[in-house]
Amino acid sequence: MKDDGRPLFLQIAEQIENSIVDGSLAADTQVPSTNELAAFHRINPATAAKGINQLVADGILYKRRGIGMFVATDARAQLLERRRADFTRQYVAPLMAEAGKLGMDAEQIKKLIDVWEPER
Amino acid sequence: MNVVRTTGLTKRYGPLAALAGVDLELAGNTIHGLLGRNGAGKTTLMRILTGQGFETSGTVEVFGQHPYENADVLSRVCFIKESQHYPEKFRVKHALRAASLLYPNWDDRYAAELLADFAVPVGHLLSKLSRGQLSAVGVTIGLASRAPLTLFDEPYLGLDAVARQLFYDRLLADYTENPRTIVLSTHLIDEVSALIEHVVLLDRGQVLIDADAESLRGEAIAVTGPADAVERFAAGYQELHRERIGGSLRVTLTGAPDRPEPGLDFEPVSLQQLVVRTTQRNGGPIAAGKETR
Repeated sequence: MKDDGRPLFLQIAEQIENSIVDGSLAADTQVPSTNELAAFHRINPATAAKGINQLVADGILYKRRGIGMFVATDARAQLLERRRADFTRQYVAPLMAEAGKLGMDAEQIKKLIDVWEPER
Repeated sequence: MNVVRTTGLTKRYGPLAALAGVDLELAGNTIHGLLGRNGAGKTTLMRILTGQGFETSGTVEVFGQHPYENADVLSRVCFIKESQHYPEKFRVKHALRAASLLYPNWDDRYAAELLADFAVPVGHLLSKLSRGQLSAVGVTIGLASRAPLTLFDEPYLGLDAVARQLFYDRLLADYTENPRTIVLSTHLIDEVSALIEHVVLLDRGQVLIDADAESLRGEAIAVTGPADAVERFAAGYQELHRERIGGSLRVTLTGAPDRPEPGLDFEPVSLQQLVVRTTQRNGGPIAAGKETR
């Protein structure tokens, strides 16, 4: 885990969310325990627990007593919805800010997107 | 439950106030980071907490009692000093044997494991060990003591990066298995920032920061951009630091929202940077001094 200044518990929560979004943590599968996360990321176990608890509070994970934490059935759908809602702030705003610096307007950006192809 | 509690704690050495009114509470089963420059009062504080020094004024409680010459408290406390002196003819195994008699929770097998990991020969004379090997013996005793309150005062002198990582990994693993109260005094803040849960920053005998490590991480932000735009953004927030280059300005702010603004570059501030900036802001001489004791 990197000390990039952001709270580590948020980074832990985000990494688990990423695994859910990309499908590597499927619905109703068990997620690593607090202690496993602490050892793997070399962070304080209380911090790992805070990250997990945040995901439980958000309804992304659920607890099975005596067994551990599991991915909620609709976790992926929830996360996709949240990230789509956040897309403008995260990606469009910085794109347009940079475009503005370079003297490009929205029309030019739209054209760039129209002709854009992923690199092979 | 708090393991340590001090109020208005002071320690004077003649005209010098090594501690100038320290109010502190350290929660149990937590890893605390005790940070600050050389001469900030860290060692003085730890000496008083472990009954090796006496306060000038104020109160100090460890496990609810005054630690000085208090066997009940001291049997639960392990203090690993930066440079521990051992009797002249002592071998590594003698130091371990002494520690095993001192600490009720001592784990002999764990100690042997740790020494093997650090490649310290148990039969060697302590006086013949390298600086790093001596530090490894200290770290071993601190961890294997499993003392309910364990204090490490810059335990890493002479340990290379690999050995330090070994120490952090073992500390974290053993702490997870056997929760207890750890106080880690260090200058290598970046190396331990993910391990510590609570931060105490001392500067010139006073507490500058006493906060949850995670809340500190989100607290400061460095904003860079055209000087006038940065000035406009920074107005109203507490400023820790500013630097200029050409027409650009970078300010380190606390309490500012991490909301990207067009034209401004936002960088998170690491715990180490926050500690450096906060200490600088408090003023005082920059020259590196040796820890007073």
